[in-house]
Amino acid sequence: MVMRSVVVAAVVSFTAGLIVASFAGFREFIPGLLEGAWITVQITAAGAVVAVVCAVTAGLLKMYGPWPLRWLAVAYIELFRGTSALVQLFWLFFVLPLFGVTLPPMTVAIAALGLNIGAYGAEVVRGAVGAVPRGQWEATVALNMTRTEALRRVILPQAFVAMIPPWGNLFIELLKSTALVSLITIGDLAFRAQQMNQTTFRTAEIFSIVLVIYLAIAAVITVGMKALEQKAAGAMARGRGH
Amino acid sequence: MLWDWSYAFEILPVLARASLVTIQATLMGFVLALVLGLVFAILRMSRAAWIALPVAALVEFIRSTPLLIQIFFLYFVFPEFGLSLDALTAGVLALGLHYGTYCAEVFRAGLDNVPRGQWEASVALNLSPYHTFRDIIIPQAIPPVVPALGNYLVALFKETPLLSAIAVLELMQQAKILGSTTFRYIEPITLVGAFFLLFSLVAAALIRMVERRLNRIGAR
Repeated sequence: MVMRSVVVAAVVSFTAGLIVASFAGFREFIPGLLEGAWITVQITAAGAVVAVVCAVTAGLLKMYGPWPLRWLAVAYIELFRGTSALVQLFWLFFVLPLFGVTLPPMTVAIAALGLNIGAYGAEVVRGAVGAVPRGQWEATVALNMTRTEALRRVILPQAFVAMIPPWGNLFIELLKSTALVSLITIGDLAFRAQQMNQTTFRTAEIFSIVLVIYLAIAAVITVGMKALEQKAAGAMARGRGH
Repeated sequence: MLWDWSYAFEILPVLARASLVTIQATLMGFVLALVLGLVFAILRMSRAAWIALPVAALVEFIRSTPLLIQIFFLYFVFPEFGLSLDALTAGVLALGLHYGTYCAEVFRAGLDNVPRGQWEASVALNLSPYHTFRDIIIPQAIPPVVPALGNYLVALFKETPLLSAIAVLELMQQAKILGSTTFRYIEPITLVGAFFLLFSLVAAALIRMVERRLNRIGAR
């Protein structure tokens, strides 16, 4: 309820802001900020894909993998949860080239943030898979399914539903952490904010508008995840009806 | 040889000194976060919609926008209104405000878990709202949520490198300076990572210990 009113307020104020902005003297920095926002959206989307893949892989390996892979998953999760996102970003950006691996900044950004959020996501996956009732596992044994089959066809689809709300929070965290990529020279929204600030000195307007743009993107994520949650809950209810 | 041990040992004392600023920012930021969190949580419980709704909106707003921009906002925008903050103060304020909104959710959960009867008993005893909160509700609401607060302490600690963006001379900024003067980034940045990893693992172990102890107390 509160969330919905915040979302409505965000979208309304954002639109109103843009209309005001296009009439006022804001025209000199709005296009730059929107370009930056587009980069932010791209990094968030690509980072989310990387995060989900890493989380599912690491989460399942930690639970069911053979021990070398299990240890690898544990090391990955602890390493990325135990250090700062910014340190990870700088490490990939400054240190990897010393090993002869030079990646474009965008790739570094997506990889670092995706790996970071993925480590947190792995625990979400583990929690959700662990929360599937034991009877479901027993049923798959009774139906003579292999463990992979059981995971893929019975356990994961149910765990997926439980994962949606925590992933919504993680995607917001991901969106927020994309601001860090401005510190490795990527022209995202935070970077453009500083750049526009240095050229136009409209500090208060620029940073306020930037905060509202982030809020609007976060609102879109929240609404999208809510819709997904409802759809998944509906699918589950239908599944139980059989 | 990629990794130079002698250089690593040479910069270790410099980084250790910078880590004091990191720890200072963490502690000050967290104290602020606790205070603001409790204030937000209590205001959000208010029956008056004109208090509860704006506070709820503010909390959601701060939680949904990046800490880095909030740091810039405090550091660059406030001086326009005549309130100049030095970098460390702006950074600590931003950290405290940002994590205050997270702590508010934790406190809210703790406050919600206090049985209704406790409130009713306070009314029956004719306690003022202040005494109800101070002597009855808060002492019961806080202990169960200490582990969750501990997790946010660690999270806040891991966000302190962001202060390097406004040139606070904490660990990350020092590592960047070392890197740019000697063109050797591998040792400083790896050491900073190791420092955070070590502290986080120790902190996580401590939190688990506190959690176990609280569970024992709760079981009695």
